[in-house]
Amino acid sequence: MARRSLPDLLKRLSPATAARSITYMPRPGDGTPRAVTLIPGDGMGPLVTGAVEQVMEAMHAPVYFERYEVRGDMKAFPSEVIESIRRNKVCLKGGLITPVGGGVSSLNVQLRKELDLYASLVNCRNMPGLPIRHEKVDIVVVRENTEGEYAGLEHEVVPGVVQSLKVITKHCSERIAEYAFEYAYLNNRKKVTAVHKANIMKLADGLFLESCREVAERYPAIAYNEIIVDNCCMQLVSRPEQFDVMVTPNLYGNLVANTAAGIAGGTGFMPGGNVGADHAVFEQGTSAGNVGKNENIITEKKANPMALLLSSAMMLRHLQFPSFADRLETAVGRVIADGKCRTKDIGGDSTTQEVVDAVIANID
Amino acid sequence: MAFQLLTRALRSRPDQILSSPSAFSAVRAFSSAPITATLFPGDGIGPEIAEAVKQIFREAEVPIEWEEHYVGTEVDPRTQSFLTWESLESVRRNRVGLKGPMATPIGKGHRSLNLTLRKELNLYANVRPCYSLPGYKTLYDDVNLITIRENTEGEYSGLEHQVVRGVVESLKIITRQASLRVAEYAFHYAKAHGRERVSAIHKANIMQKTDGLFLKCCREVAEKYPEITYEEVVIDNCCMMLVKNPALFDVLVMPNLYGDIISDLCAGLIGGLGLTPSCNIGEGGIALAEAVHGSAPDIAGKNLANPTALLLSGVSMLRHLELHDKADRIQKAVLDTIAEGKYRTADLGGKSTTSDFTKAICDHL
Repeated sequence: MARRSLPDLLKRLSPATAARSITYMPRPGDGTPRAVTLIPGDGMGPLVTGAVEQVMEAMHAPVYFERYEVRGDMKAFPSEVIESIRRNKVCLKGGLITPVGGGVSSLNVQLRKELDLYASLVNCRNMPGLPIRHEKVDIVVVRENTEGEYAGLEHEVVPGVVQSLKVITKHCSERIAEYAFEYAYLNNRKKVTAVHKANIMKLADGLFLESCREVAERYPAIAYNEIIVDNCCMQLVSRPEQFDVMVTPNLYGNLVANTAAGIAGGTGFMPGGNVGADHAVFEQGTSAGNVGKNENIITEKKANPMALLLSSAMMLRHLQFPSFADRLETAVGRVIADGKCRTKDIGGDSTTQEVVDAVIANID
Repeated sequence: MAFQLLTRALRSRPDQILSSPSAFSAVRAFSSAPITATLFPGDGIGPEIAEAVKQIFREAEVPIEWEEHYVGTEVDPRTQSFLTWESLESVRRNRVGLKGPMATPIGKGHRSLNLTLRKELNLYANVRPCYSLPGYKTLYDDVNLITIRENTEGEYSGLEHQVVRGVVESLKIITRQASLRVAEYAFHYAKAHGRERVSAIHKANIMQKTDGLFLKCCREVAEKYPEITYEEVVIDNCCMMLVKNPALFDVLVMPNLYGDIISDLCAGLIGGLGLTPSCNIGEGGIALAEAVHGSAPDIAGKNLANPTALLLSGVSMLRHLELHDKADRIQKAVLDTIAEGKYRTADLGGKSTTSDFTKAICDHL
């Protein structure tokens, strides 16, 4: 543990942090270290997963990582990686760059389909200390993760004419709607908004909406409304406070999540993950702009590890270690509020290691 | 050449020129004979704002004669919609038009009005210049970009079917021909208005063949314009960059669905659909400028509507006709009136009526 200065210690002894707030009764043996599959990936991935490993070590968190090397241009996930995730049930992933236009189908999408991780969750929330234009952003985007536009069914009809199939099924729409409402119920959220384009895609998005409406009737205490995706983006940039939980099909979810992350402070800070009935893979909520081959940031080691750190806090809670999760989140919150350690994506110049050191120094 | 210098000189101010002499415009000799243009006032607040536009154009002595057409009350069998054959012929003949908001009547047995216009006039590109209006403060001050959206195919082809109960398929079609056409227009537009960069927005890492074909076409056209920087941006990256720093973008060219979402997002950045001009470009140089907001039936007839969107669309129509000095005068008058802040309609936070606002603009001319 790093040595603390006197002002730091005094801050920690303030009344706000002295009281214990959580009462949690674990079962005997819950403290046994859990195995978590770790996939650093490529590009900025190894930098940010390295950050998580260091912080977990510093906190003496009861997790240990089984690390596997996977690159974005591989044809498929090596079977031992999938085996490991099936065994451990939980995985933490850095980032995998999907080559554009090449003949390789995205490994990220493959993983989600293989393990049936049908819900993608992104938490977009204002955090004190981040440079932002919009206040009162607190949006959770629940995105269908297996079908829709990402079905990968494309073919060339005749030379010069290509078609792509978007598939929507009742089964998948129903289960994602169920997840969204259940999430809202478990986390005391008041409203679920379905995002669609059913005025144009009447059958496909119409089926999605039908499923959402059916599930909404089973949760009368939660408000439900629908919004067309282009209007949604317009509202997100002008009045984001009207949104709470949003449930969307695959492609719109990608856009809405990235827009919401952008207005809440940037994709470098939003935690998220993919979850299915049996497995969970935690990664940065949205990866636009912060994952991948940004050569300068990689060579200068200035990637932003905050999003993955917050995702790993979510993972700790998922593994039922709430106290560790709280301590990690508090530490990250303090570093962000301080504003002294900022990486390049929000206009600062710190390296990943400096941010990690700051977080470790702020852990209770 | 002089044209290029002029456009560069005007570049520091928000610029809204829409075309230049070539295959893309209806080449008109600048004569003193009035130009006929079709006007669709539309429904709801349409007629009032169309009146405002006519009044301002009259004050500015714009040599345009309006041929007004209204949406009919019965379905015309020749067009399968409430728009009559005569209205469509009028646009084809005049090559330019201005359209107010139209409410699509509910019911079956006819095509939607926008769809009719799009298909019959072969309107393949939707162009929306988005720039921050000085004087109307939003959270973003430095927006100055153009979105060009392919308007005929892509995800909006309307080809869906139910495979079995509970499983639906929707087809997204991308053709070389349509992608080349919109890419050509985008680069031509960029060159004509002194824009430096064209960004193609795509999701080709997932939709490799369809968006891959779109990108291939854009690259081919980019090679013909070496002076313009060309880049490709994945759509989620684009959304994120737009909300963080919209000054990063210049001209954006996109397939149908992404274009729909991004152009509305950009409209949201500058203050909403009530302030955004839009123009649809068709084969053979047809230009149909339109106000993209709704018909607002709740304030229809009460003299409260904001004519800015229709006015700025009219300005873009004037630029297409190369009446640049008139276009500049009217645009400046509109921007000055809004910047002054004394006369603003309710949606901009003020209390003026449509007629007061119109009169203020006329005074500023």
